[in-house]
Amino acid sequence: MFVTNASRGLPRHRSRAPAERYRRWAMRALTALLVLGTLWLVVAFQLRGQWMFSLLFLVLGASLAIVFGKRQLMSHRYIFPALAGMGVFVIFPLIYTIGISFSNYSSSNLLSEERVRAQFLGQTYQAEGQAFDFRLVRDGNRTRLYLEAEASGVAGEARQLVSRPLAQAVEGQPLAVEPTQATPSGEVLGIREVIANRELLEALSLVMPDGTELQMAGLRSFAPILPRFEANPDGSLTDLRDGTTLTPNQETGFFVTEQGERLTPGWPVAVGLDNYTKIFTDPDIRGPFLQIFVWTFVFAGLTVVFTLAVGFTLAALLQWDQLKGKAVYRTLLILPYAVPAFISILIFKGMFNQNHGEINLILENLFGISPDWFTDPAMARTMLLIVNTWLGYPYMLLLCMGLIQSVPNDLYEASAVDGGGPLTNMWRITLPLILKPLTPLLIAAFAFNFNNFVLIALLTGGKPDILGASTPAGTTDLLVSYTYRIAFQDAGQNFGLAAAIATLIFLLVVGLSWLNLRLSKVKV
Amino acid sequence: MAMVQPRSIRTRKLGAHLALLGFVSLVVFPLLLVISISFREGNFATGSLIPERFSLEHWALAFGIPWERADGTVVQPPFPVLLWLWNSIKVALASSLMILALSTTSAYAFARMRFAGKAPILKGMLIFQMFPAVLSLVALYALFDRLGQLVPWLGLNTHGALILASLGAVALHIWTIKGYFESIDGSLEEAAMVDGASTWQAFYHILLPLSVPILMVVFILAFIMSIMEYPMASVLLLDEDKLTLAVGAQQYLAEHNPRWGDFAAAAVLSGLPITLAFLLCQRWIAGGLTAGGVKG
Repeated sequence: MFVTNASRGLPRHRSRAPAERYRRWAMRALTALLVLGTLWLVVAFQLRGQWMFSLLFLVLGASLAIVFGKRQLMSHRYIFPALAGMGVFVIFPLIYTIGISFSNYSSSNLLSEERVRAQFLGQTYQAEGQAFDFRLVRDGNRTRLYLEAEASGVAGEARQLVSRPLAQAVEGQPLAVEPTQATPSGEVLGIREVIANRELLEALSLVMPDGTELQMAGLRSFAPILPRFEANPDGSLTDLRDGTTLTPNQETGFFVTEQGERLTPGWPVAVGLDNYTKIFTDPDIRGPFLQIFVWTFVFAGLTVVFTLAVGFTLAALLQWDQLKGKAVYRTLLILPYAVPAFISILIFKGMFNQNHGEINLILENLFGISPDWFTDPAMARTMLLIVNTWLGYPYMLLLCMGLIQSVPNDLYEASAVDGGGPLTNMWRITLPLILKPLTPLLIAAFAFNFNNFVLIALLTGGKPDILGASTPAGTTDLLVSYTYRIAFQDAGQNFGLAAAIATLIFLLVVGLSWLNLRLSKVKV
Repeated sequence: MAMVQPRSIRTRKLGAHLALLGFVSLVVFPLLLVISISFREGNFATGSLIPERFSLEHWALAFGIPWERADGTVVQPPFPVLLWLWNSIKVALASSLMILALSTTSAYAFARMRFAGKAPILKGMLIFQMFPAVLSLVALYALFDRLGQLVPWLGLNTHGALILASLGAVALHIWTIKGYFESIDGSLEEAAMVDGASTWQAFYHILLPLSVPILMVVFILAFIMSIMEYPMASVLLLDEDKLTLAVGAQQYLAEHNPRWGDFAAAAVLSGLPITLAFLLCQRWIAGGLTAGGVKG
């Protein structure tokens, strides 16, 4: 253990070696470059109104500048990159998640309020009453549109219009129409020709001298395209079609009509503890949530018990001096740990297949039964436990083998003298002695299986589903996979609710790891 | 060696061997089955362990070679397995190298230096590490979505995002390396520093060369963890040609049309190197497993 000279505030040793000096300047330039880069991100995020991310990079850049700028923080330079990694990709997401849990962020409340407003203001409608009848007129090889107003409009407005030749139309740009007094000369094309050119006409938009745009409104008419909403100074929108007003509701994050009807899309707003109260009071969410909560604990607990039982028994057997071929057994026994989990889980998915899986084939031949592994909740849970025991026991085996080696041998000698058999040895000597150092690792294993997302996602996907749940919830879902499904799988992706559950899980996990730290008495 | 031996040791030994063999066969059966399926004709799971009708079709497809059946129809490879494997390896290599660099430097500071806030930082890291990445996926998705609008190569559906996102998982590696550094006597570095070496030089020229074994272990552990990473890759990557193996392999077993044989060949092809690497390093990995929890 030492304290760096720089942290003590001692003067810097000024090296005369040019190489070292250049390196020092290169370091400074790199730091400055990184700081400038993060500053650019800060400004860019700020300009887009995403203050959360702007703040994140501001903190990152500032701490970078401080840690690498102050010589006294020399030691912190070594830990800065790792801490920055954790800060940006673990702690920031965590804070962000907790933040979301107090909002109604979801697929219906996704965009910012400005974007929603812009989307409404961008909506247009075709004004029916001001439509124009149109005819296609061919004059030589030039085809024009001739428009005639349907209803009697305001006096002085152009009643008859003729377009430039259609061949001059540029894609994406409106074609100009000009007022005219008489029907243009040429042959008027029939409805058949109009239908033949329908696609071209539908894509066409015409622009009148006063700037109003016209679009095809039917096989015989073109109608002006008008903006549907007009913004009012107080933030509300006026529907120009019928003159009603839409008021923004900051409590729900939607524009509301005069009748109180919500219009999608909305924007995310803070809803306080709504998501949390929903979890604990809404029966359609509380029921499945509690069921999944209990199952998560049962699953993690039983997994630890089963894997420990299998792993410990095997470790005790493999520790036996007189057994030959231990190395081979050991290698074969830790195979499930060595094969990538995403492959072995999928192998089991096939083996447990109800119709043509190997397991049902064997059970059918031996006992004449073929369980519904994927459709019956109890069987699906059994299958998960079997597969997870297969996947997880090698970890326990490795741990137990390491710990059993530390049990002093003379204890077994004494036991043998007193006539103790192998079972007595196992229960009275080995297990009590290794259980204490094993406890923190068991808690860690519990926490891991508590959040064993990959197994559920790849094997059952949480199915079979719980009936009557208002969120996607399955009988085999763990809290994590439940959260994932609420956030990513359903049509109504409810990020706010998912974040609330994630926050609850985080509290549980923090409790577990705190317990773990206490029990293992970690020294730093 | 036990000097006092109980009776009937022979029957007991036999019993132990039988029990172990029985268990080993249970464990190995699914793995042998997959190898067998990969050589079987057709895409069905059932059949005997030794293929009756031997075929290399699935293996050819796994390697991306179109296969011509006996009746003349040509089967195109359903998925770009080798591309997925390459994606996985690319991401895993980059992320584990970066993880190694980050955790080595900070482990050095934690093992050798005394500075403000050391104990709370170390403990805090262990606690935050327990928070599963699945739960912060919404936040990570949002982060990379916004970041991608400014820096395209860090956006959604890029490997850059996936590599960067894995940098959060360094705490366990820091603890492992720190434990190893503490087991090395510091006097060599002190001697170097007395002779005028800077802190960094003592670390880089003295301690690092002594720690190559643990660096290898951490590298391999990080590599394997990255290859097996599923939830983040499944959310951040969208296009078929960007997927990693862990996400892509699932596509073989679609609900209605499971391609068993093709999956088996792809699984063996991609799983074998990882399994072998793991088995070769098992001794160190077993040590690393307990290092975080028991040490200290």
